[in-house]
Amino acid sequence: MAGAACALYASRAGLDVTVVDRGPVAGGTTGAGEGNLLVSDKEPGPELELALLSGRLWAELAAEPGLGAAFEYEPKGGIVVASTPEGLTALADFAAGQRAAGVEAVSVGPGQLRELEPYLTPDTAGGVLYPQDAQVMPTLAAAHLLRASGARLLTGWNVIDVPRGADGAVRGVRTDRGEIHAPTVVNAAGTWGGEIAALAGARLPVLPRRGFVLVTEPLPRRVRHKVYAADYVADVASDSAALQTSPVVEGTAAGPVLIGASRERVGFDRSFSLPAVRALAAGATRLFPFLEDVRAMRTYLGFRPYMPDHLPAIGPDPRVPGLVHACGHEGAGIGLATGTGQLIAQVLSGKVPELDLAPFRPDRFAPAEEDA
Amino acid sequence: MTAERPHLAVIGAGPAGLAATLAAARHGVRVTLVDSAPEAGGQFYRQPARELGARRPEALHHEWRTWERLRDGLRTHQQQGTVTHLTDHHVWLVEQHSGGFTVHALLGPEQTEPAEVRADAVLLATGGYEKVLPFPGWTLPGVVTAGGAQAMLKATLSVSGRTAVVAGTGPLLLPVATGLAAAGVRVAALVESADPRDFVRRSRALSAQPAKLAEGARYAAQLARHRVRTLIHHIVVEAHGTDRLEAVTVAALDGAGHVRPGTGRRIACDTLAVGHGMLPHTDLAQGLGCRIDGVAVHVDDEQRTDVPGVWAAGEATGIGGAALSLAEGHIAGRSIAARLRGVEPEPHGWAGAARARTGLRRFFATLDEIYAPPAHWAEQITDDTVVCRCEEVTGGAIREAVTGLGAGDQRTVKLLTRAGMGWCQGRMCGSAVAGLIGCPETAARRPFARPVPLGVLARAGETPAPEAEG
Amino acid sequence: MNPLELAQARPGPAFTVTLDGREIEALPGQTVAAALWTAGITSWRSTRGEGRPRGVFCGIGVCYDCLVTVNDRPIQRACLVPLRPGDAIRTQEGTGHDG
Repeated sequence: MAGAACALYASRAGLDVTVVDRGPVAGGTTGAGEGNLLVSDKEPGPELELALLSGRLWAELAAEPGLGAAFEYEPKGGIVVASTPEGLTALADFAAGQRAAGVEAVSVGPGQLRELEPYLTPDTAGGVLYPQDAQVMPTLAAAHLLRASGARLLTGWNVIDVPRGADGAVRGVRTDRGEIHAPTVVNAAGTWGGEIAALAGARLPVLPRRGFVLVTEPLPRRVRHKVYAADYVADVASDSAALQTSPVVEGTAAGPVLIGASRERVGFDRSFSLPAVRALAAGATRLFPFLEDVRAMRTYLGFRPYMPDHLPAIGPDPRVPGLVHACGHEGAGIGLATGTGQLIAQVLSGKVPELDLAPFRPDRFAPAEEDA
Repeated sequence: MTAERPHLAVIGAGPAGLAATLAAARHGVRVTLVDSAPEAGGQFYRQPARELGARRPEALHHEWRTWERLRDGLRTHQQQGTVTHLTDHHVWLVEQHSGGFTVHALLGPEQTEPAEVRADAVLLATGGYEKVLPFPGWTLPGVVTAGGAQAMLKATLSVSGRTAVVAGTGPLLLPVATGLAAAGVRVAALVESADPRDFVRRSRALSAQPAKLAEGARYAAQLARHRVRTLIHHIVVEAHGTDRLEAVTVAALDGAGHVRPGTGRRIACDTLAVGHGMLPHTDLAQGLGCRIDGVAVHVDDEQRTDVPGVWAAGEATGIGGAALSLAEGHIAGRSIAARLRGVEPEPHGWAGAARARTGLRRFFATLDEIYAPPAHWAEQITDDTVVCRCEEVTGGAIREAVTGLGAGDQRTVKLLTRAGMGWCQGRMCGSAVAGLIGCPETAARRPFARPVPLGVLARAGETPAPEAEG
Repeated sequence: MNPLELAQARPGPAFTVTLDGREIEALPGQTVAAALWTAGITSWRSTRGEGRPRGVFCGIGVCYDCLVTVNDRPIQRACLVPLRPGDAIRTQEGTGHDG
């Protein structure tokens, strides 16, 4: 997704773009995502600024003829639910900080919550409505942004080296199917971004953080917003490797309800985990009791590109001229893709990026931090 | 006494599962046989519902004596307490944990209440289901799978109409056509796409199994007796009707496997039983992390998967019919019995079954080549032919995902079009989607072998399993 | 010849069930699909997208094409569910949850 957005904005900035992927379109984490465009789960700071920029850009893309419908853009808003009065107080403080940073956050009482979400458990202390939260279908979004970019698309081409000239600058990429020459290489390899960086001789500590998603049978619209429990924000910000789950429930345009979100650091282990999906089911049925009798049809997993400080790597790598990073967005890669693509395009066309890239510097990690 | 025996869970009570159950139980293993049907037998020996009072169920079956032997053996072991047969148990997941395995099932046709079985080892004898390749009109009511027509006939003694065409490819079409004819349905045509020259080319390989050839000859005689017209090297190009099937158009194939222009003819019928071979059920094996080769579970000479404690036998390990399933099940049962007692098995004890397995596998590999769908079958799928029946995704949408959006594999097509995301989870359209893309068919990952209520999932592992404590 | 004669079936006495209120005769041991087929009915569901009619396809519980509502419980596979006297079968539309 990040690569598709970079391709789109770079092409529109007048650059000649080739997109190389060892797999198919959206074959990595994008195809395993829920398509969240969220501001609600972000505390004030650089990531929230990027999310606000990205949200505006997503809305602009969605307004382009044909495009928004093609990737199922839904500006449906998010609701964060607190189950206890203490939780609600913490949530209200969090929302107040976000409001100061430009986020729309509307406090809602338990009764109002049930008006917004009629099937929600009555057992809540209250919550916050975030009208700016939205959703897209991530694979469709990646495919349609790539098509709209007009970039050359080389799927099934595996990058095996990033050759550099005598001056240390990258000269393109070498793949198993031939070499592609370019003065600039954008590393949008997501969870595998550390490997591409290593091929170019740079260290980038991207780690996989596994997540499962449950998909239910098709239903009429019963979950209207993206609804999640307030402890989700704490899980996202956590550094623990152990399994964490907090329910995130949302309906989709196609009918099924999607249930996230589990987080655990287990490397690239693709095996099914009953404890993880069991916890997802338990959390979702607590939020929406009607889901008890609704059937899960399937489950899938993906690996979020996790960085030790939870911020992506965006911008030129000072250690390797010509190498530019756009990866490490953890679970927010779909949402943050448009802003990332815009910033990368601005950098590549010699403009001043509209956000300060200092917090996203790819060389910000001291080697010792990498094992954090 | 039985509580001290090691405990095996067998998933599936068809020929493979029954053979394994009997072999393991005879050799000191306590077996819980878990099956979704109300009666043992699987698809091949599917029994009429007891309440129908069928006094001559063998009229619908072949190899009835083998069935009687399996049925009586099962009954004896049940009486001795060495085998527990759990009917109406639909397994959605087999979980491996430090204490062994837990089989997670849903009860009855409603599939809302859970049941769990804990065991020291598992045999997956999950069988197969039918592959059907789409053509215009295949979603019309009255178009059923060949195996489905047979299953409905065997289990419920019912048929969907008065005049049927049986079409597609594969050895299953013969018993389906003769079965329907015997049950009073007028079979207007048997339409088989295989090229007769392929039979001649492989006649030596086929003649190695004279019993199978005799079986084929018997079917041919029955078809003649019922005056069933047989059209070899023909296919159904379209099913006609508005709200239900009224007719089909069949046409001849040329040497390259294209439809020969001008050969189409219309045949009136209210039922089309169609099938293009079988596919293994591999979901439970995949959930356990077992190696899958292509579309089948990989096993060694003892029918072991690459996951310790998990064996597989029958169609799940590759399509080969009931006789092969019996041989594989027997070998698996013997291997399990030895290994669960900590003994190295002695393969000479099952030498006969091993020989039968070798011969039948070779025979079915030859049949697979003969009964391969025609090379250009995907040409029949027009842009407005529904390919994914559940999500109503057309051939045109799939082609657009490939040519317009850069998809080159089944998973990406699924994500872009929703083909394979519906209730059946791609079991019905997977082959067709792979064929349209032009990529080899692979087994899709389905961690849940069937849909499971979220309430059950949330409490999975907490259901008491009294039968496991003996 | 019919299948019951072929297998020399002696089922218990027939009973009545309803399809959308209309009375249909069924035999003990018959599934919903079997009784409907025997009554000459081949479709009892309309699809979620195009509203097209569907009935039995795979006949063994794999394809989920034969979904039907039985005694107010939606999304039952007609090929699996046995009938009891008085059962109320309803044709199913859309997701089955809409009604």
